Order: sequence, then structure tokens, then C-alpha cells
Amino acid sequence: MAEITQTIVDARGWLKLQTRWSPYEIAFWVATLLPFFFLPTYLSLASQIAITALFAISVDLVLGYAGIVTLGHAMFFGLGAYASGLISAKLGWNEPISGLIFGGLVAGAVGFIVSFMIVRVQHLALLMITLGLGFLTYELANALSSITGGTDGLQGVDISPIFGTFNFDLWGYTAYAYSLIVLFIGFLISRRIVNSSFGLALRGVRENVKRMPAIGSDYRFHLQKIYTISAVMAGVAGALLTQTTETVSLDTLSFNRSADVVVMLILGGTGRLYGAILGAIIFMIARDQLSGLNPQYWYFWIGILLMVVVLTMPKGILGGLSRLIGRRDE
Amino acid sequence: MISQFAIVLFDGFAFGMLLFVLSVGLSVTLGLMNFINLAHGAFGMLGGYIAVVVMRRLGLPFLVALPAAFLGAALVSIVFERTLFRRLYKAGELNQVLFTIGLVFVAAASAAYVFGTGLQVIQMPSFLRGSVEIGGMRFGTYRIFLIVVALIVTALLYFGLERTRLGAQIRASVDNQRVAQGLGLDVERIFAITFALGSGLAGLGGALAIEIVGLDPSFGFHYLVYVLIVVAVGGLGSITGSFVGAALLGISDVAGKYFVPEIGSFLIYLVLIAILFVRPHGLFGKR
Repeated sequence: MAEITQTIVDARGWLKLQTRWSPYEIAFWVATLLPFFFLPTYLSLASQIAITALFAISVDLVLGYAGIVTLGHAMFFGLGAYASGLISAKLGWNEPISGLIFGGLVAGAVGFIVSFMIVRVQHLALLMITLGLGFLTYELANALSSITGGTDGLQGVDISPIFGTFNFDLWGYTAYAYSLIVLFIGFLISRRIVNSSFGLALRGVRENVKRMPAIGSDYRFHLQKIYTISAVMAGVAGALLTQTTETVSLDTLSFNRSADVVVMLILGGTGRLYGAILGAIIFMIARDQLSGLNPQYWYFWIGILLMVVVLTMPKGILGGLSRLIGRRDE
Repeated sequence: MISQFAIVLFDGFAFGMLLFVLSVGLSVTLGLMNFINLAHGAFGMLGGYIAVVVMRRLGLPFLVALPAAFLGAALVSIVFERTLFRRLYKAGELNQVLFTIGLVFVAAASAAYVFGTGLQVIQMPSFLRGSVEIGGMRFGTYRIFLIVVALIVTALLYFGLERTRLGAQIRASVDNQRVAQGLGLDVERIFAITFALGSGLAGLGGALAIEIVGLDPSFGFHYLVYVLIVVAVGGLGSITGSFVGAALLGISDVAGKYFVPEIGSFLIYLVLIAILFVRPHGLFGKR
């Protein structure tokens, strides 16, 4: 009996050890404040990066931790974007925080329904269901152009100042601060999730889905839970984009967005939250700097990069780094 | 109304046969090695461009361009398979997906660089132009040709798989790779051959597609979705499945775009998801 208590304490202690903040992490989050002081002209890009990073984290939760390969997560991003845009443009509800929550809830509700399908299938069928759902939502938004504005985008979104005081300014000070705070909250929640026993169970599902029922763990329920959480987070990211840009385009639902975010994850490294953030930073800055290039050639280099990363650094840039400096990989 | 229906059915079936030629190779290779090759459509695109070059630069007839597209795509795919893809058979599906998507990106950009982003056209020989009138309805000659080619391919595949030694080896490897290996079959070699044949068929499909849907650098991506739907709906490693899946998809795509253009493409994805929800392994899949 005493031995059993001992292991439980050790497991808790181990989980606790994992949640400890390292100085690098603190330094990283302090560094995210730098654009306010040194790069004021890049603040709108910075808020785009923060939004994309939140989206990447949401995908990392299902792809990196739970091992569900998804090629259609833009669906939830777009749902959140349209949900928060439509209540402002059609219903005149302009308060940002509740709009954000509404976007997340709509995406989460759809995510919960979809999760029943996701846990039924594996391998190619899983890819096809996620891909098909992504295209389905895109075509639906396109067909309902009287509501969504179709290819012209949704016009007439108007967002009131946050808490009635912080107006969305032209430079993007408010937009970046807002996005950064939401990203940080999303990150904290994700960090809590992946370092909990639930997060461990998810990794168990990823590593060996057959063994989980054998040790008495209901993997379907775990997967549904994380898929819904991830959908909420992606929806919040989409709503953030709507509110900071005050428009919604069909592009939020496009396959390219789903593919880009997977590219970011593989660049940064899957199954590590900072990998998602780092991937988003690298990807967005590279795209911004190379935007003069013909998009065809931009994808040429993305393609080359993908192939090289997969062949040489299967765990992404962060994974490659941590192997280089000899740190134990999880 | 009835003649309209028959025309849509015919056009849809012809389009379905095109999809069948494009996708049957992927179905077999996926069933054999579980290797998710999203670059399959890119081999189709390669075949299309080979046909364009053969006809326009070398001035050879269309009927020479078709086998050239087959051979060219097959040869290039062998090179890729031996040097790159084989490293990924044991890797997770995420890495396979990413690597082959990367390849599609590179292929599309290279095609745009070499041939420009415009739509490629080729001049059809006179006996494939125009249409034939049967019972007061006009059927496109090229579409009839397409259906005949697809049926010949199907017959060859059936004969090859059921009656030849290689076919028996492929079937054995698809059914149970480990036991096949244990009995002394060189599964890796069998796979390389199958992969080349499948990619060659994709190349043939790409060449056949130019007249129907056109050819531009986005071909690999655009038709990838169709090809994957055929494979997923039909079931892995099943020629019957691919045939039925392709015919279904072709007919419903053409019918959807003809009768309900607003939501035509929407319906296809809905049907795809419904089928996969009820039968995750496809209509004819075993595993």
C-alpha cells in the first residue's frame, strides 16, 4: 500500500516538475513585448503572427499531442471568424470579448459534433474526412454568399473599443496587445493541458492506440475532448483575426490555411507548444519578407523546405536543436 | 429531359473513367505499402506536360503522346521511389503527407517556371473531334474514346492481376505483406514495379485529361482531391472499388454541376463524408 502511494506522489511530482517555468520561457514572453518599443511599424504583422501562433497551437494539440493528422483545421478558424464577424455585421453586436467567446463557442460546438466522426476513422479515411470537411465548409460559405459575402468577403464588421476604453488604432498597438494577451491565455491553458494526466493520456493514444483501452483508458473520449478544445481555440484565433482586421474573407476557410499551419508545425516541431509558436513566427516573417516574390516560387521553397525537414529533422527545428544540445526528448 | 439525363450520365461516366485512370495506381500502391502518396496527381500532371511537349515540340501524333506520357511518368516515378519515397515507408503518415505535399508544391512551381501558368491546349487528331449521333443524342467522340481506353486499361489490369505471376504476387503482398515476405517474395521489388505502373497510369490519365479539363500547374493539387476521394470511397487496393468510386464521383460531379450548379461541389464532399462515416474503409475496402 505504502509503495502505491509512493508512486502516485512521484507521478504527481513528475507532472509538477514538467510545469515549472524555465528562464528561457520567461525570456521568450518578455521578448514578445519588444515590438511595442522597437518595431512599431510591424505591429500589425506581429498581431497576425500572434493569431497564427494561437491557431498553430490549437492544431498542435490534436496533431502533435493526440496524433490526429488533420488537413482541414481552417474550418474551425473560419467558423470562428465568420461567427464573430456575422454577429457584428448582421446583428450589430460589437463588443469584442463576448464576440471572441461566441466565435470560440460556435467553432467548439461544430468541433464537438465532428469529433464523433474523427474518432471513428484512422489513416487515409481520417485524412479524407478532415480534408472533406474543410472543403465542405469552404464551399458552403461560398454558396451562402448572400450571408457571408462570398468571394468579396464579409463587409460591415465594426468592433467597439475593448472594455470601452482601448480603441483599435491604425498602428495596431491595441490589436497586438489584444492578440498577444489572448495568445498567452491560450498558451497557458494548453500548457496546463499537456502537462496534466490528460495530456499524458493523449500522448499515450498517439504512441499506441491499442494499448490505451488495455490499461483502462477510454481513448475515444480523450480524443473527442481535445478535438473540441482545439476547435474552440482555433475559433478564437479566427475571431481574433476578424476583430483586428474588421473583415472576413473566404481565405480563412481555405485549404491553404490548413496546409500552411501544418507546415508551421513541422518547421517548429510537433508535440511541443513552443514549436508551434516558433514555426508561426518563422513562416509569417518569411512570407512577409518574401511577399514580393511570385507566390508560385514561394511555394517552391516551402516545398523544398518541407522535404528537407521531413528527411533530415523529423522532429522539426526545435526537435533538431534539442537533439544537438543533447537534451532528452520527450 | 430524358436525353438531357442521358447526356449528363454519359459525360459523367466519361469523366469518371478519366478519374479511374488517374487514381487506380494510387489505390493499389496505398493498399500495398500504406504509403500515402499525395504526389500521385503530380505524376498525372507530368504525363500531361510530356504529352504537350511530344505533340507540340516534336510534332508527333496524339496516339504516340499517350504511351510517351505513360512511360515518362513511370520512369520518373521509379527514380523518385528508389531515391526518396522508400525512406518514408516506415515513417509516420504525417511525414509521408508532408513530404509528398512538399513535392506537389515543387512540381507545381517547376511546371509554372517551365511552361508558364497558362492553360495548355493540344490539337486533337480529326478522328477524335466532333460527335456521334445515336438515337437523336450527340455524344462527344473524344469521350467515347476515353471510355474505351479506360475499359481497356481495366481489362488489362484485371487480366494482369488475376492471371499473371506478378499479379498473384501483388495480390499476395496486399493481402498480407509479412506472410508474402516470409514465402520469399521480394515485396520491395514488387512495390517498386507497382508504383511505376500506377504512376504511369496517372501520367496516361494526365495526358487524356488535357482535352477534357485542361492542364495547368495547379493540376496536381486540383485533381489530387478527386483522386483521393476515389481511393477513399472505393477502398484501398481494390480495382473494382476504384472503378465504381470513380464512376460514381464522375457522374455525381457532372450531374451536380449541371443540375444544381450553386451547391454542386458542396454535395460531393457531403457524400464523401457520409460514405466514409458509414464505411471508414470505403465501399469495397477490406481493411
